[in-house]
Amino acid sequence: MNRVLVAEDLYLLRDGLVHLLQAHGFTVVAAVESGPELLKGLIELRPDVSIVDVRLPPTFTDEGLQAALAARQQVPGLPILVLSQHVEQLYARELLADGSGAIGYLLKDRVFNAEQFIDAVRRVAQGGTAMDPDVIAKLLASNARNEPLAALTPREREVLEAMAEGRSNAAISQRLYLSESAVAKHTAGIFAKLGLAPSDDDNRRVLAVLAYLNSR
Amino acid sequence: MLRRYGQVAALLALILVEVPTAVVSFGLLVLTFGLGVVPLFPLQVRLARQVAEHRRRLAGEWLGVRIDSPYLPKPPPPQRQADGMYRSHRTLYKSPRVPAWNDRWKWLVSDPATWRDCVWLVLDPVVKLGLLPLLLLLPDRGLRVYGMWCELVLSATAASRLAGQVSHLQRVRNLAADTQSAEMRRIERDLHDGTQARLVAIGMTLGAVEQLVDTDPAAAKALLSKAKEASSETLTELRTVIRGIHPPVLAERGLADAVRALAIDSPLRVNVDVDLPHRPEPPVEAAAYFAVSELLSNAARHGGAATATVDLSGNGPDLRISVTDDGMGGADPGKGSGLMGIERRLAAFDGVLAVNSPPGGPTTVTMSMPKVLPNHWAGSLPKLPRWKAAVVVTLWLTSWCPLFPQGIVAGIFKVFGIPEKAWFLALYMPEPWQWPVILFMIALGCAMYLTATVIPACHNRDRWWAEATPRRLWFSR
Repeated sequence: MNRVLVAEDLYLLRDGLVHLLQAHGFTVVAAVESGPELLKGLIELRPDVSIVDVRLPPTFTDEGLQAALAARQQVPGLPILVLSQHVEQLYARELLADGSGAIGYLLKDRVFNAEQFIDAVRRVAQGGTAMDPDVIAKLLASNARNEPLAALTPREREVLEAMAEGRSNAAISQRLYLSESAVAKHTAGIFAKLGLAPSDDDNRRVLAVLAYLNSR
Repeated sequence: MLRRYGQVAALLALILVEVPTAVVSFGLLVLTFGLGVVPLFPLQVRLARQVAEHRRRLAGEWLGVRIDSPYLPKPPPPQRQADGMYRSHRTLYKSPRVPAWNDRWKWLVSDPATWRDCVWLVLDPVVKLGLLPLLLLLPDRGLRVYGMWCELVLSATAASRLAGQVSHLQRVRNLAADTQSAEMRRIERDLHDGTQARLVAIGMTLGAVEQLVDTDPAAAKALLSKAKEASSETLTELRTVIRGIHPPVLAERGLADAVRALAIDSPLRVNVDVDLPHRPEPPVEAAAYFAVSELLSNAARHGGAATATVDLSGNGPDLRISVTDDGMGGADPGKGSGLMGIERRLAAFDGVLAVNSPPGGPTTVTMSMPKVLPNHWAGSLPKLPRWKAAVVVTLWLTSWCPLFPQGIVAGIFKVFGIPEKAWFLALYMPEPWQWPVILFMIALGCAMYLTATVIPACHNRDRWWAEATPRRLWFSR
């Protein structure tokens, strides 16, 4: 669970990421700087988790994202954490479309908070999801006229946001200063109000919520 | 036929208007240039132009000859200078009246159409009387000849057409430059008030940390986390600024996906329908993107809409965008709002915007940008006319006949003295004619093949030029 691939074209950031990951006990199996190299690395090395920048040479468009999608088509469920200077719901949808999880999509700023970033990397490596709070905020904003969502209490909404980011019940309880049983209660309430089938599996639960929010 | 005679009669009756107009014009011109009563000149010009314009309209309706107004565009009103004076050449005036008059005078005198109108006014009755027999005997033919005469004198000269185009381009250029500089100012303000100020704050915080780090590490740590937070906020703000300059998703994915991203982000339920086989040039994409973005946010903010439809399609080389929402309607492009901004942005590409928004909705905004799509897209150039295509096909199907059997093969028969005549025309000729006929057949075959090749080649010359000319005037992506 420790083999990481890093794809980032800016030398300073790539180096920083490699150091950060090594300091937290990961083994960086490859640090690449372009789209074709990335795709080759993903397919051949099958790293436990890959950290991929969206914009990469040679085209400097969405090379990294395309490589990630292509690799996941060949190797379903290959864990990939996508980093970008900006987040788009469009890209989040594309990443989530296969519904297999083990995917992350974060702003590059999140690297500032090393603990949380490493936590997100670990989560993705274990098959979970890590969605940027910005993506979730946009997702909820574009669901503003969704009636079941409007019926949630503010607390339930907070729990929903944290859940959609991919956090487990334990992590949510820590963040919102709630007991785990309270979180479980809120979660059940949310699922009932949105008309979703409850599930004990954290990952499957997150994917169901994201699919619901994206289904407009 | 009766209608034609009616038209002829009307045209002849108009002589009764033209002759007095010509006499009055002559008088006014004499007064203007002989005695210096210059204020009468615009009067004369207006009179002559009115009669001429009327005839241009008649020519369009009766004679089937479309004649556009040939006059140079009106000069813009004099600009007030910073010191409150108005400038005309090297003289400064306190009021705009004299410079305006000078411009007007120059505009009227220097326009060749002014003088062509005078010539037409004098000669038109003469021409009509000269054509009288033809007009009476063959009114159809006569009216056509008269139409040719009108077109000759009344239509726009190449110079005035160019001048019109130049003034249009100038207006569009000014508009585009204005829009751009306004954008630049906005970006500068955003960077100055937001990003720059925050970076200064971060720098100051770090300075404080430097001082505190030895004496009070706990406080230094707190300040550091504050600086980290501030840098994160700066990044968020910078992201907003960048989005306003050129949205990253547009740069990464092109117009279609950028509009889809807009649709997903919008609180409305938006259907996006894109029918563009290739990406347009970046400036066109940006203009289209910002227009759609503005319209969608308008619909969500003011229109009270729940669903919207965005349609992007190419019509030959024209880009057409339509945005429909089910809001309460009543949008008015005249009332400020974002619609005017969109109009200005589109104007740089000769684009136009049409709003159909009855009270109670739905609102449909249609935008079209002519000739902005790459011109090798299908259907942008006319196809070979049918008769030409038929000729080419016939030529390809038949050219072998004179060239090979009737020409070359008959020649071989003749050279080797083969007695067989088969169906070779030349060999049935008298002896001295045989070689000339064979050579003629070969030449005919070659000429037919050549024609069949040349017709499409000539037709496609425009296309060839269009493809060979560099279109990309801006930096490549």
